[in-house]
Amino acid sequence: MIEVQHLSKRYGPVTAVNDVSFRVEKGEILGFLGPNGAGKTSTMRVLTGYMPPTEGTAIVAGYDVLEQPIEAKRHTGYLPETPPLYPDMRVRDYLTFVAKIKGVPRNQVRTRVDRTMEKTRVTEMARRECGRLSKGYRQRVGLAQALLHDPDVLILDEPTAGLDPKQIIETRQLIKELAGTHTIILSTHILPEVSQTCQRVVIINRGRVVAVDTPDNLISKLRGSEAMYLQVDGLGADVASAIRQVAGVTDVHAADALGGLEVASETGRDVRRDLAAAVVSRGWGLLELRPMRVGLEEVFLQLTTDDTVASGTGEKNHA
Amino acid sequence: MRNVMAIAQKEIKAYFDSPIAYIFIGFFALLFGYFFVALLSAFTSQSMQMMLQGGGSMNVNQQLITPLFLNASVIILFVLPSITMRTYAEEKRSGTIELLLTSPLTDVEIILGKFIGAMVLYASLLAVTVIHVATLFIFGQPEIWPVVTGYLGLLLMGGCFVSVGLLISSLTKNQIVAAMVTFAVFLMLWVIDWIGQFVGPTAQQVLMYVSITQHLDDFVRGVLDTKHLVYYASFIGFGLFLTTRSVDSERWRG
Repeated sequence: MIEVQHLSKRYGPVTAVNDVSFRVEKGEILGFLGPNGAGKTSTMRVLTGYMPPTEGTAIVAGYDVLEQPIEAKRHTGYLPETPPLYPDMRVRDYLTFVAKIKGVPRNQVRTRVDRTMEKTRVTEMARRECGRLSKGYRQRVGLAQALLHDPDVLILDEPTAGLDPKQIIETRQLIKELAGTHTIILSTHILPEVSQTCQRVVIINRGRVVAVDTPDNLISKLRGSEAMYLQVDGLGADVASAIRQVAGVTDVHAADALGGLEVASETGRDVRRDLAAAVVSRGWGLLELRPMRVGLEEVFLQLTTDDTVASGTGEKNHA
Repeated sequence: MRNVMAIAQKEIKAYFDSPIAYIFIGFFALLFGYFFVALLSAFTSQSMQMMLQGGGSMNVNQQLITPLFLNASVIILFVLPSITMRTYAEEKRSGTIELLLTSPLTDVEIILGKFIGAMVLYASLLAVTVIHVATLFIFGQPEIWPVVTGYLGLLLMGGCFVSVGLLISSLTKNQIVAAMVTFAVFLMLWVIDWIGQFVGPTAQQVLMYVSITQHLDDFVRGVLDTKHLVYYASFIGFGLFLTTRSVDSERWRG
């Protein structure tokens, strides 16, 4: 549905996007993840036809954004970082205007506006001026604007930015409902959002794609080896060296200040049984034993920071 | 065409849903009314004198309506920059330009829509003056033709100003800058023939042709010359063309 090849965007001497390539299949939700200034918005602006790429091609819904911009735009809905609302216009008037310029057939404009307002739950604000809406409603009207012409492709630039937790959950729910019939790219720098809503993630840093994969794969790939969190009441004995003797264990080091240990083992080998046996046979108390999962945050930090970040310090349990 | 009308409608709504249109129309009506009263008083006292001296009557068209229209064009010079300043600058500042540029619209459609929108507001300014002119028809017998061409001239001149105003508004995010620059350019186009007599005859001809007011003169005198129509039409066309180029280049520069 979306195919980006060797896309670059330069503003004078500044390279915002550098040789980015990725694909999005029909009905998929792709998360676009990166620190601020990584080139997310620039990439999205190229995809929506807001500005042309310096190099490379982008094909959206089968149309090249540079060669057939009108057709490509007809099939794209876009929610920019700040919803593009006219402060003096009432919500219904605004959406009616958008429906017209998006090419919704004349006799369907009314029903389409009504339906979309229901879907995004802004019906009760239909007569309110856009400039008087709260941040949450503004975001929803922005989303309504992107959905009006029932586009195949939805491009959402930080759709949950500035919303309260309840609104964030509602918006994510809505986005999930839209997947399947729509192909969605959403950008964010909030990590849980990606693991909760997206099927695939593109991590971008300094204009370059540093990883493309499912959230789960990204996490397990980076983990490399299996890791356990172990907390033992060792009655003052040297627990760490005892654990190191267990077959299959490759490394043991302190995980936190509570005496918890992070136990690394050979990939694919479950050492939990042996660990428990080793602890119990020495008469120590086994307080906690569970697999440790590297969170997306760690993955993200590892991929986007130049200094190598020590992996597995502290426990993250987001995914 | 549907897209053009959608944009134009939005522009007109924006003018008339906010105080902008009413302030402009009110301000313009006040000034025009003042000029009307001033010119009318001068005209009546002069004709009284002429009658006392036994001369013939004065021509309403030449002595009253023509100067009135020329005065109106001066007010327009001041008013129009503040109408056109917001057209692009505001969309850029508020980010709504992102909506327009990512909708299936061509640049030409957007620009024409905005042009028509501003022209409708301008035409409604002029419509106010019809009241004053109509009273002259009730109490006197002016010729209708110079009035018609006069209005046409004012509309076309306004069209030139609007096209320049659009261009300048498309170059900046700042409405104040847009208004100031537009006003400076209008004024320059206004007075450009003033140095005519001090330059060579060829240059004088060129300057006279470029000057926006020289062309208006014939219109308000009831002369409909294709030369002037071509001038105004090509001026508007060129202004709008440059605006499309400006919008497009902005896109490439990002």
